[in-house]
Amino acid sequence: MIPFSRLIDALVFMPSRNGKLRLLGQYFATTQDPDRGWALAALTGNLDLPTAKPAMIRELARTRVDADLLGWSYDYVGDFAETIALIWPPKPTNRAPPTLGEVVADITGAKRSETPAIVEAWLDACSADQRFALLKLITGGMRIGVSARMAKTALAEWAGKDVNEIEEVWHGLEPPYAELFEWLEGTGERPDPDHHAAFRPLMLANPLEAADIAALNAADYRAEWKWDGIRVQLVGKARELGTFERRIYSRSGDEVTRVFPEIVGLMNFDAVLDGEMLVLRDGEVMPFNELQQRLNRKIVTAKMLSQYPAFVRLYDILADNGEDLRRLSFDERRARLEAWYARMHPDRMDLSPMVPFTDWAELTAMREASRENGIEGLMLKRGDSTYVPGRPKGPWFKWKRGALTLDCVMMYAQRGHGKRSSFYSDYTFGCWRPAEQGGLELVPVGKAYSGFTDEELLRIDRWVRAHTTNRFGPVREVEQELVMELAFDSVHPSTRHKSGVAMRFPRVHRIRWDKPANEADHLETLEKLIVS
Amino acid sequence: MPIAHQKPESWVRVTPQGLYVEPGQFFIDPTRPVERAVVTHGHADHARPGNKHVLATPGTLAIMRTRYGDGIGATQALDYNAPIQVNGVRLWLAPAGHVLGSAQAVVEWQGCRVVVSGDYKRRFDPTCAPFEVVPCDVFVTEATFGLPVFHHPPDSGEIDKVLRSLTLFPERAHLIGVYALGKCQRVIALLRRSGYDQPIYIHGALAALCALYQQLGVELGDLRLASEASKDELRGQIVLSPPAASADRWSRRLPDPITAVASGWMRVRQRARQRGVELPLVISDHADWDELLQTIDGVAASEIWVTHGREEALIHAAGLMGKRARALALVGYEDDED
Ligand SMILES: [Zn+2]
Ligand SMILES: [Zn+2]
Repeated sequence: MIPFSRLIDALVFMPSRNGKLRLLGQYFATTQDPDRGWALAALTGNLDLPTAKPAMIRELARTRVDADLLGWSYDYVGDFAETIALIWPPKPTNRAPPTLGEVVADITGAKRSETPAIVEAWLDACSADQRFALLKLITGGMRIGVSARMAKTALAEWAGKDVNEIEEVWHGLEPPYAELFEWLEGTGERPDPDHHAAFRPLMLANPLEAADIAALNAADYRAEWKWDGIRVQLVGKARELGTFERRIYSRSGDEVTRVFPEIVGLMNFDAVLDGEMLVLRDGEVMPFNELQQRLNRKIVTAKMLSQYPAFVRLYDILADNGEDLRRLSFDERRARLEAWYARMHPDRMDLSPMVPFTDWAELTAMREASRENGIEGLMLKRGDSTYVPGRPKGPWFKWKRGALTLDCVMMYAQRGHGKRSSFYSDYTFGCWRPAEQGGLELVPVGKAYSGFTDEELLRIDRWVRAHTTNRFGPVREVEQELVMELAFDSVHPSTRHKSGVAMRFPRVHRIRWDKPANEADHLETLEKLIVS
Repeated sequence: MPIAHQKPESWVRVTPQGLYVEPGQFFIDPTRPVERAVVTHGHADHARPGNKHVLATPGTLAIMRTRYGDGIGATQALDYNAPIQVNGVRLWLAPAGHVLGSAQAVVEWQGCRVVVSGDYKRRFDPTCAPFEVVPCDVFVTEATFGLPVFHHPPDSGEIDKVLRSLTLFPERAHLIGVYALGKCQRVIALLRRSGYDQPIYIHGALAALCALYQQLGVELGDLRLASEASKDELRGQIVLSPPAASADRWSRRLPDPITAVASGWMRVRQRARQRGVELPLVISDHADWDELLQTIDGVAASEIWVTHGREEALIHAAGLMGKRARALALVGYEDDED
């Protein structure tokens, strides 16, 4: 528990991603099995100890601490595990803090009625920091700013492997991952993922700049629409007696199987497919925020299934009946995909159509003309490209539709994080609308914290400090004078924003030091850009 | 001496100016200017300028003079444990262990003894005299850390955190946010006692009080102004500044600083994280929960009055110990001064 609690403590306060990776790598390098494996399970959300729940811990605390004092303390601290960790009055003991291996073994081996006494003895043996780590570990839900992906990335960096190699074997593994560590340390075989419906790390595209196009030979590339949903991978694996193991992964390799039961139910195939999850109504792709409704919910209700019906538009096929197709060219895989589709004809799925073109001018015109719903732009893929995980330079490009822009006025500024914490670098912008009392007022329409250079940031920061009219904690309200041109991908209706609209991916495009605030855009203009 | 018939609250009263010892005609730590003030210690919320007449320890008076110049009024220095009579009230000062010069004000009248402890702590501090337990009838206490989640760990472990981090990040400046009076000098003294003999760099706002402590015999070693050092010189060095400066433009002169804050509040992770602290140091000049209870028990007072902080929990706990306890609801004392 000692190394693990040191790790947790250091992670909680480490602001930078690189620093976190370094701490995790250090931990994996210096900690024994099985402890590091259980820690990895906890960090990736794969540790489940059903008998140690917060309610049991609370009962335990009540036996040592006055209920009112416990209540006030929880109100002040706000985090359950931390409150108990800090408030626990330990009884003297000569026991050492348990190792992670002991914690898992003892809890899984105990009857429900025996668990409280076991945990009580551990709490006595631990320091406050160790109690915090212990409670986070056994009650689940670490929430310490480390994603599963980050834990795997740290593992990869420590072992000198590509994170995709780890993703590839990951779904066949069980905690405490002895095989995995053996492989990473070079003392064991690579675990075989094909026993399971494993995730294949995705191939991603680089953004295409207009200036690059001239250098590309149009005949080498195939074009298809870039759909505005979430990229998913459907994996079906044949089991005995005609059953299938079925999983849906997001592009980061997180499982989203349970979010889309209507799709899972149709996956009676042994194949790995790459596609875009969309909400489709009467054959039409709905705006992204409708899909968002599905992603935000933990429980899928019948109402959501009918209101936001999911659909997969297929881009690629990576495996077919156990045959790995990733070494084939894009053209060959496309032919296999079309053949597969013709054979299977699954409901709620179709093929993303190819967009034929002869030269770049033609394609450029098509891209500009496409303000259609659900299309973010174009994808360009070399016909001879094999399926390479990661973001290789050259074979695939995404060519997004030109961004929309609008002149907005800065209303609030907030300090940034990490290296930017001494700068006002996060801004809230507004557009004009008629005020109730007559005249015009600014209404916030979006936030942006990127798109400017360090020198510009310095200058904006100085401006913010000199033009502050009000402060609320870390936020400064500023004089309504500074205009910036914001770029964004699209606009959607939103009930969460006072203005009734939300921009997708807003960023600062240009700082208009020259422009008077009263010449900035009106909300009306923004509303007209809503895609419906 | 006659037996006390009067209830203590009839002669030590809460007024808009602060706690008033009526028969003695003086206030203790008044929050507004008064005729006669007894000041427990030099923190700005306890020691304010503008009183006509101030009585305090020589250390506290020196601090007030450094901060306010001549604005502190006529002064009367009183050493620890040297009783005097003020209009028939017996008054003396006992060490409070909070900051240099800090004292508990002990007042006795008609056989009843009230101890106004000001701010205090119970653990060792190389920069001031340790707290003395004065048995009394009424103990007036702060409750800054009046919740059972506050246990300040040993200082040595916190200082070790800084030294460990220096070896882990030798290219980064280590910026420690500290209050100018007390915490600053204590952290420096603790670093020195742990064997750290490099120059320590300080923000200009800390210089005057550090110089005063040194004058009064507290060893702080080689202190330099951070503003006079180049960015390169500050790599791998310890820099102290008031807490507010760490997130401000001032800190840009530092090479890739790690921000630390030395405060009892750092015990609660969320609180430390909200302030953007990377290296929280739980070092406090106030009693933690155990010290509060230990003190309430030690002074054996039948009545506990709580001045400021998280009163409700402490009053509740004192009640469980069989004490009569109540909140004075004094305004004007800051929670965050630490
Ligand atoms: Zn104080
Ligand atoms: Zn105070």
